[in-house]
Amino acid sequence: MSGVLVVMEQRPSGAQAEKAAWHRMSWETLAAGQQLAAQLGLKVYAAVVGQGVGALAQELARKKLDHVHAVEHALLATYTADGFTAALEQLIRKHSPSIVLFPHTYQVRDFAPKLATRFHQVLVSDAVGFRVESGAPIFVRQLFQGKLNADVRLGGGEPHFASIQAGAFRAEQVADGTSQVESFAPELTADIIRAKPHEPFRESARAVDLTSADIIVSVGRGIKEKDNIPIVEELAKALGAELAASRPICDSGWLPMERQVGSSGQTVSPKMYLAVGISGAIQHLVGMKGAKTIVAINKDANAPIFEVADYGIVGDLFEVVPALIEEVKKARG
Amino acid sequence: MKILVSIKQVPSRDSQLRIDASGRWIQENDLSFEINEPDAFALEEALRLKEKHGGEVVALCAGPARASQTIREALAKGADRAIHIEEENLTAFDTLGVAKLLAKAAEAEHPDLILTGLQSDDLGYGQTGVVMAELLGLPHGTIIMAVEKIDSGIRVKRELEDGWFQNVEMPLPAVLTIQSGINKLRYATLMGIKKAKTKEVKRLTVAELGVTTASTATIERVYLPQRTKQTQLIEGSAKEAAAKLVEKLRFEARVI
Repeated sequence: MSGVLVVMEQRPSGAQAEKAAWHRMSWETLAAGQQLAAQLGLKVYAAVVGQGVGALAQELARKKLDHVHAVEHALLATYTADGFTAALEQLIRKHSPSIVLFPHTYQVRDFAPKLATRFHQVLVSDAVGFRVESGAPIFVRQLFQGKLNADVRLGGGEPHFASIQAGAFRAEQVADGTSQVESFAPELTADIIRAKPHEPFRESARAVDLTSADIIVSVGRGIKEKDNIPIVEELAKALGAELAASRPICDSGWLPMERQVGSSGQTVSPKMYLAVGISGAIQHLVGMKGAKTIVAINKDANAPIFEVADYGIVGDLFEVVPALIEEVKKARG
Repeated sequence: MKILVSIKQVPSRDSQLRIDASGRWIQENDLSFEINEPDAFALEEALRLKEKHGGEVVALCAGPARASQTIREALAKGADRAIHIEEENLTAFDTLGVAKLLAKAAEAEHPDLILTGLQSDDLGYGQTGVVMAELLGLPHGTIIMAVEKIDSGIRVKRELEDGWFQNVEMPLPAVLTIQSGINKLRYATLMGIKKAKTKEVKRLTVAELGVTTASTATIERVYLPQRTKQTQLIEGSAKEAAAKLVEKLRFEARVI
């Protein structure tokens, strides 16, 4: 095949939709795949893995692709790392793509490193971009929780494997076209699948719906201890905002899990998101970077949160937040 | 249950990072280091499992001589012994190379369970555990929020996206990558710190493990990310900055 193969993912594992649907990041990765293939002068292919994926494959056939691979088997109806790895290994060995791209989802994190290892390759995970230099792709990925970027070059022959970070490419840039669906039936036996997955579940009904809030005040590690939480609570109250938090705050039990924003919590896009003492690790940014106006208060001027902020104050939150509460109260009379 | 915990030493969370002369990594000489946070949760989970089911906890760490501090801390918290794959130039190895070193050392121990953090705070590839499992031919679970021993092996609670979870059963031996927040971390006791000094740390070299540095993924350059947004940084004293910010939010962004 010697092209770019994009492995699409179905609906977020867990969300029990009525019918088959795509994980939103699949389209972003498809856009990345089309762009990379164009720059390298390669063909682009997409694969969907599962059981009963006909409708999804037909939807893909309306995109600008060389071929769509519908990888189907009864043992792929439920995701397992063993099943998906074996199926994709067979597809890749048959068609020999140069590059295989995945959306950097939790599911991909579970199986793609295993798949790459079968080919003695490293998965360049969570890539935010790429460029082509003398006919070879250089992937850009973040280090140190987003504080630095790195250019990564892949050697060791093909295929190369990379996963694309949420929001790094735009789903609406996927080019339309027509292509053919090819069925691929991997040879799988039940004994290779060692894990027994149960039905996904949610802990409890969410009592707090952050997605409908106009203003969100969100707190991170910078708050230092639980006893300091009332400071940001008061700011939220003064602004008429919902209070939210980054993961470490909820992990520590300082605020309930249902107030967590980020990849494992809620995804919000309020009119204003005010991040207090949040450094802005990517797992948090993906949950809030759609906010219309982002304000960050942080003592570290190099914190990644300032890369997405519209307004920033570099300073001690224990001085800035009380001053801000006073000013907000004044302004709101 | 014999549990191996793979831990990594990384620059402290609040480090001010500077790029080194090669442009391919950071200056390490003036940094302080600590245990990678998700690995601390993996160690804690291993200690809890041992307290419940008996057995042994072995800490495994690949890193330069300075990593012995992190290993001592793991022993002080309760690990029974440790293995240190000592290599000054570990950055010459890619993720697959490091996983090979760890898997080689792990193989000789025949553990029932291998735990590690879901990702590192420095490189953040998030795949060492999964690659180790593949190299060792073991089943694995990622982003784990609970571990329970059952007759057929273990039942783990795997975190999915958007607040969903899933229970998965698998036979032992197995490899699990542990999510931060799975448990509450303990502090080392004075007695623990004292005892740690007498615990065994086995040193292994790359040559002994027979793994080469042949990398497939090479970092060519590290650099500060470009800002995608023009952030208006508001200066002045806390009071001045707060006043200016509120004015901008009212009249420019019109959000309050």
